[in-house]
Amino acid sequence: MAGYDLNKTPDKQILSMQLDLSKFEKATEEEKRQQDVMSESTTFFKDGMRKLFKNPLAVGSIAVLCLIMALIIVAPHFVPYSYQEILSVEGKRDKGAKNLAPFEYSKAEQAYIAKGNYRFPHIFGTDEQCRDYFIRVIYGTRVSLVVGFFASIIVLIIGLIYGSISGYAGGRPDLIMMRIVDIIYSLPDMLVVILLSVVLSQILVFKSGSFLAMMGSNMVSLFIVFGLLYWVGMARLIRAQILSIKENEYILAARSIGAKPGHIIRKHILPNCLSVIIISTALQIPSAIFTESYLSFVGLGVQAPMPSLGSLANSAREGLQSYPYKLVFPALMICLIVLSLNLLGDGLRDAFDPKLKSK
Amino acid sequence: MTRYVIKRILLAILTVLLICIITFFLMNAIPGGPFNKEKALSPATIEALNARYNLDKPLVVQFFLYMKGLLKGDLGVSLKNGRDIVDILSESFPISCRLGLMAITVALICGTVLGSFAALMRNRLPDRIIIFFSTLFTAVPSFVLATLLLLVFSIKLGWVPVWSANSTNYVLPVISLAAYPMAYTTRLAKTSMLDALSQDYIRTAKAKGVKKWKVIFKHALRNSLLPVITYAGPQIAYIITGSMVVETVFTVGGIGSKFVSAISNRDYTMIMATTIFLATLMVVANLICDLLYKLVDPRIKFE
Repeated sequence: MAGYDLNKTPDKQILSMQLDLSKFEKATEEEKRQQDVMSESTTFFKDGMRKLFKNPLAVGSIAVLCLIMALIIVAPHFVPYSYQEILSVEGKRDKGAKNLAPFEYSKAEQAYIAKGNYRFPHIFGTDEQCRDYFIRVIYGTRVSLVVGFFASIIVLIIGLIYGSISGYAGGRPDLIMMRIVDIIYSLPDMLVVILLSVVLSQILVFKSGSFLAMMGSNMVSLFIVFGLLYWVGMARLIRAQILSIKENEYILAARSIGAKPGHIIRKHILPNCLSVIIISTALQIPSAIFTESYLSFVGLGVQAPMPSLGSLANSAREGLQSYPYKLVFPALMICLIVLSLNLLGDGLRDAFDPKLKSK
Repeated sequence: MTRYVIKRILLAILTVLLICIITFFLMNAIPGGPFNKEKALSPATIEALNARYNLDKPLVVQFFLYMKGLLKGDLGVSLKNGRDIVDILSESFPISCRLGLMAITVALICGTVLGSFAALMRNRLPDRIIIFFSTLFTAVPSFVLATLLLLVFSIKLGWVPVWSANSTNYVLPVISLAAYPMAYTTRLAKTSMLDALSQDYIRTAKAKGVKKWKVIFKHALRNSLLPVITYAGPQIAYIITGSMVVETVFTVGGIGSKFVSAISNRDYTMIMATTIFLATLMVVANLICDLLYKLVDPRIKFE
């Protein structure tokens, strides 16, 4: 364009979008600086964690859980008794060490200490079979936490696979799969759990000495029951998530460049429903611990001499009038664990998925 | 509407049928017949007994005979004491039913009142106290609470007599049974009350100059009740399973304690009959709650 003068604005034509440059002025240095990004960019995960650590209840529960974890890992190393060991002094069975109060020594032990030896105190006393109660509570906590944790993992895995297939496939497979879920969902779970435990504990017989035999048929049946029944809630949740995520453009983009469904689910969909998965798994653990303690109460819990918090609390009911502390210790432990997991779950929910709060 | 009701009833019937099938075949999967006692019976006696109870027929035929009996109201006899199970259930059910109804009433009413109160007192001391206790009670297993209540109020303080045939005091069992559902309802009622209070129609009502209590009771409370009703179904299921524990602790002779003792005695016919009975009860309760919910809130779409 010859003869074009940069400083001269051409004549404005009607309906033209041309700007009048004289009406603009250059940005000052100060104004330019306002555009600078001052803070670091945050990721979804970082942001969630920051919110979580601002929540005092959640931080408190994390602290309590860490304490309990540390205790159950460390305690068996410095307490010189084992959970099934009947107390003995100098190789002789200590018959007086029955139902001792916390920090009390039996006569044989007192004589032993009088000789100048050291005897580790019974922090929670002893039970009716002369076993150290503290270490039994510690092992009971271990068992209960393990049950809660693994049961939730089982629920998570089955629910995740089932829910994502159903949600992603859609159409008729989804309809059929969800009908199955509806039916399982409408079964009264606790009754079926009891029924299955009754039957499985009779049917399952393991080779003695094997790992499964050590866990006992009741505990194995507990896991089977969780695998059979409790995944439906998780499957529903994940399906609902996937149904909404599936409609996003990036999924369409991935599909149009030829990504396989498995790849899309793993790489694009699951990371986006991670928050829901984490939250509901965290809330699943306390409910599994509750179920285990309930079954222990009914007499379908872990096999003796293995303790669980539920079975300890249940066996403490006999002789409750004389030794109420035997109920108090395991009961307190259950309450602490369940309470802190519940609060942590709530905190996670508020931090990662504020939308869920109203539900 | 009618279509939905029919669909829902059909699903309920299917569920009950499924429960019967699961229960029957699971119970029959347990090794050892009912006549395997310590004292060995002669083969002829066992054969006669098997023929008497149709145990010589194939399993599927046995199932249909059992179902036929069920429909006629015949649940078989207890393996433990040979009593007719219908008799056992009909004498223990009224006690459990009374206990359960009292517990659910207490849980729903107290829960709603406390929850709504907490919502109105938001972030003030009463709210904090109510939420603290309702969070605490969702973490206490019912058998622990029941045992502690029994120990403190019946045995140590002696305020409430221990349960026996001629002193039936429902206070402690109802409290321990209602604690968890009440705590849950409280939290639920609080959230839904807060939700209702933030709606536009509340602001409109206030702007019109409607009295405060009228806004709360007529506009907010009514709408906040809906989620509470939805959760009444699961609450009833919880009460039924919870009653097993509570009845056992307080030695109430209800259906729950009978079920627990049947489990520890391995009384299979009794377990089977009680499971089917309780499961049917839960399914029916859930059905009624579901239909009620749709009836109360016309905004809910029918699938």
